[in-house]
Amino acid sequence: MATLLTERGRFETGGLSDGESLWVAAAALAEATGWDLKPEGFCRDAVCVPLPPGRESQFRRGGEVDAARLWRHAGQPIVASRDRATWSLGTSAALRASTLESLEAPDVALPDLDGRIHRLSDHRGKKVFLSTWASW
Amino acid sequence: MWQHLYDELKGYGFMVFAVAMDSRGADVARPWIEAAKSTYVSVIDAEHRVADLYNMVNVPEAVWIDEAGRIVRPTEVAGSGDYFRKMDRQTRTLSDEAKAMREEMRSGYMAALRDWVKNGTKSAYAFDPSAARAHLRPQSEDVAMAHCWFRLGRHLHAIGATSEAEAALAEASRLHPDSWNIWRQTGDLKLEGKPNPDFWARVEALGNRRYYDKIDMPGMP
Repeated sequence: MATLLTERGRFETGGLSDGESLWVAAAALAEATGWDLKPEGFCRDAVCVPLPPGRESQFRRGGEVDAARLWRHAGQPIVASRDRATWSLGTSAALRASTLESLEAPDVALPDLDGRIHRLSDHRGKKVFLSTWASW
Repeated sequence: MWQHLYDELKGYGFMVFAVAMDSRGADVARPWIEAAKSTYVSVIDAEHRVADLYNMVNVPEAVWIDEAGRIVRPTEVAGSGDYFRKMDRQTRTLSDEAKAMREEMRSGYMAALRDWVKNGTKSAYAFDPSAARAHLRPQSEDVAMAHCWFRLGRHLHAIGATSEAEAALAEASRLHPDSWNIWRQTGDLKLEGKPNPDFWARVEALGNRRYYDKIDMPGMP
């Protein structure tokens, strides 16, 4: 079992960690991150990072992928708990910058006090004032 | 905090999406949200996802997003600024001069927000796309890694792995010292609402450097 922490939340997968590798079902990685292994490379939306030719087997074994190796190959930050049971998969500053350059507001879904989920994009058609605060 | 403004502007096709950056969860934010009796969207962001997505460093910060979902003012301080540094350390009160500065920032920012909601792209306060891009604050890969460590540390804290969580959160803060979200939240996880004894030391460590950039709007101090 491996827990993935991503921009989309927390995902429990049947993955197996082996040192610096994290083998998970490709579909589980896609669900947790939006990134998927395709013929043209490791891709999300229009962004694709090609795999090094001849080394595909280091990244894929049947229906499983080494999420950690793919993540590092794409230049994205990744860290794990000491027991390798939990992995945090972040977004690189370069990708963050190019996403924001498009000026399309990154979407996010968060719970209210009652646990009901609200998406920022639910309010398209209105002007939205996205503001933060904290109790601390 | 925004209810009055929301009531005034909701007829113009306007929504406030207020995000509480509270890793200790909804119950910590609840008293404030219930007291505000807000009718706009009020959500809890225990993982500080919004800070990661929008390159935020502290609260309150805000982003203006138009009807098409495009950013017209990227992340900036929401009508606040460095006036807090003038606070008396013992009495925790502001001088009249600092209070006047705070009021000028707040009322100027609110007026700008009203103007944009009512006038859209014709508002002098809405950036055109090239100006909006010029106001993005690109971050280093250390900052990206800091958000990654923060997410892991918060999770470890939540499952009770406290000492490993502290190490992860400390690494996040080391990589991204300008994020007061990270170190203040880290302190709050430990202190559970008590005042952070490190606060003023962090403020003094800024020296002569500004913490917040000046809000780039006509008439802003």
